[in-house]
Amino acid sequence: MLNLIGNYSLIFALLTSLILIIFCFIKFKSNENLDFNIFTVTVLQFILIFFSFFALIFAFISSDFSNLAVYYNSHTSKPLFYKISGTWGNHEGSLLLWLLVLSLFTLIFLFETKKLLSSFRILTIFFQQIIIAGFLIFIFFTSNPFQLILPTPIEGLGLNPLLQDPALAIHPPILYLGYVGSSIIFSSSLAALTCNYVNRDWAANIKKWSLISWIFLTVGIMLGSIWAYYELGWGGFWFWDPVENVSLMPWFCLTALLHCSSVLEKRLILKSWTIILALSTFILSMSGTFLVRSGILNSVHTFANDPTRGVFVLIFLTILVLISLIIYFKYNNFETTPKSFFLSKETTIIINNWFMMYFLAVVLVGTIYPIFLEVITEAKISVGPPYFNQLIVPFLIPFLILMAIGTKLDWVKNKKLKLNLKKLILFILSILISFFIVKNLNVNLLYLTLLSAAALYLLFISIIDLKNKSFKWSQKISHLAFSILIVSIIFNSMFNEEFSVNMKVGEQKIILNKVINFEKITKKKIDNYTSLTAEIEISHDSKKIKFYPELRLYKVPETITSEADIKTNLFNDNLLVVNYLKDSEYLNIRYQKKPFMLLIWLSAIMLAFGGVMGLRNKLK
Amino acid sequence: MKIRISFIFIILVVFFIVTVFYKSLFENKNYVPKNINYKIENISIKDFYTGNNKKLKSLFGEKKLIAINIWASWCLPCRKEHQHVKNLSTIDNLKLIGLNYKDKKNNAQEFLEELGNPFDTILIDTDGTKAIFFGAYGVPETIILDRELKIIKKYIGPLSAESVKEIKTFNQ
Repeated sequence: MLNLIGNYSLIFALLTSLILIIFCFIKFKSNENLDFNIFTVTVLQFILIFFSFFALIFAFISSDFSNLAVYYNSHTSKPLFYKISGTWGNHEGSLLLWLLVLSLFTLIFLFETKKLLSSFRILTIFFQQIIIAGFLIFIFFTSNPFQLILPTPIEGLGLNPLLQDPALAIHPPILYLGYVGSSIIFSSSLAALTCNYVNRDWAANIKKWSLISWIFLTVGIMLGSIWAYYELGWGGFWFWDPVENVSLMPWFCLTALLHCSSVLEKRLILKSWTIILALSTFILSMSGTFLVRSGILNSVHTFANDPTRGVFVLIFLTILVLISLIIYFKYNNFETTPKSFFLSKETTIIINNWFMMYFLAVVLVGTIYPIFLEVITEAKISVGPPYFNQLIVPFLIPFLILMAIGTKLDWVKNKKLKLNLKKLILFILSILISFFIVKNLNVNLLYLTLLSAAALYLLFISIIDLKNKSFKWSQKISHLAFSILIVSIIFNSMFNEEFSVNMKVGEQKIILNKVINFEKITKKKIDNYTSLTAEIEISHDSKKIKFYPELRLYKVPETITSEADIKTNLFNDNLLVVNYLKDSEYLNIRYQKKPFMLLIWLSAIMLAFGGVMGLRNKLK
Repeated sequence: MKIRISFIFIILVVFFIVTVFYKSLFENKNYVPKNINYKIENISIKDFYTGNNKKLKSLFGEKKLIAINIWASWCLPCRKEHQHVKNLSTIDNLKLIGLNYKDKKNNAQEFLEELGNPFDTILIDTDGTKAIFFGAYGVPETIILDRELKIIKKYIGPLSAESVKEIKTFNQ
């Protein structure tokens, strides 16, 4: 019953989408105003997709195993929370979620742009509906979440235990909100190009949507990273894994767009560039999803993949790219830009964009180059963290310094550039401080000193700027947050400590002046897994910390996961993971001291909060 | 006219990218190169633990075959394939050799402690120059050699359960 409701809602939603495409096209051609019909059909479409999504959620909650997606991804013994999150933990459900958010955002766009040009709104809905129709057709033909199996199985196959984590349960939907928000930017850029509507109003509107996607993308990336840190238990928070890279690329593009759309709004320059950024953000999000979901990119994150589906997404993606290229080249005839002086805020924002594009290019090449190499020369390579670190980190030094200086300049032309003694002293001070911090490490002294000096300088400047009345709070907060984030990441990678040892119960060992005591192990049966909790004490200079790391043995499917025990305070994370060694009474114990982890998460939240404040300013 | 040329150029680039993506959709993730039966020089490589140089031919002991698995702690596919590498170590008449590729010793050790060490011998290739002798493109890669140092089979990319099954048949 539920399956039928869900399935038919989807069919009708496709119908509404086709109606809207034709409707909007006629309205646009005959230059009519946006009327009530478009509203009604869009609302109807949202309700239909909403129904179908909830039908799937209920199928998961009630463990309706006649539904194929439920059978593959759920199990009666699973806690309710994970039954619900299992809805989008699989390929079919996650597509339906995309679709739901897509139609919701289209609806919101219609409601909040009442003051803008009518033909621009009609055309935006037109492009948006092409995307929605594409998704609906994709869902129907390759990944219908409402497929039935007969006879109905009694029990499901279960959800991958690695996916049973609160951060991961909300990570994909939030990331999707970010991706889907960029679809509005995409459609509205195409519409604005066609209607010759690339002006201040449009820039203000696009800034709102880019802020929305940027906030969700930032939080989404952070949650993914939290999941990797706590659940995968490898003791790191960023691995340059293809899936992480794929979410990072639209983020770079959006960050560039955010800054660039302010320039457009204030000065009416950089029109083409803003459009290019707006279009590429969505195309990058889509290609990323394509690369990951089709299994082209091998990654620890790829839980579901099927090459035949990839063909469809690829065709769809090509159509979108072609549409945007044709429209861009046909309508891109902006008048020459008014003159800007070299020393101005515009210039620094353009430089910011260059850096963003550089970082984007590095990540893009590192992620897809292996695919190209493989197809063309049949060679296989894997690109690891050394590549990314070596190409990105050194360029952070000029980037951070320019970020500290750039915000001070005026629009159009900076009147006076006087050497500010206070700032110079501050810069020398940050070099001295970082020299004393780095000195004891005895590696790459000059490079690390410069790097941390640049980061510290930005931090100091951002703190001083908090008092500056001419800046918006959103900018002050997000720039400060960014500087804290960078400082924490740099110090985190410089000062982490770790060791690893194999021990059995009752043993005591001394490593790096630390006494490790493996006291006992307790076995408990919980919900759908068996838990083995070890009790390990580490003492150092009369400071004692007791850890309770855990091993979870899942039955369906048969997997062992390690839950790290992490003792967190503001400046340090002490982390202990045990790993199961096959056919042995020993357990592998890995201890890590990670400075500033909490600050990394907090500053990422603060960064997103800066975005929220910016959004509030825009909505006022 | 200027716009036209750039337009055509970009369209061509897009089609190139799409073709590559399309082809890679159907690409077999574990491919086997054509020119096997190629003989490898009897080079010497440093041992991971002792630091002594070892000649390739000395690694066989009594066994008929060696499998050289090229891995690194920073390589994610290596983590994935490790389960299958472990299964290789159970095969009779085969010595399992690990070649640790462009890695830091500490990280490599942790990798082994965490996931288990199935190798009979581990060699190190800090700068990636030794892997070239095996014609390796990157990590992970597994090369099966006979006592003459002839390449019997080469697996590029992570091993799978099927490849382990196939390697078992070489024994007979």
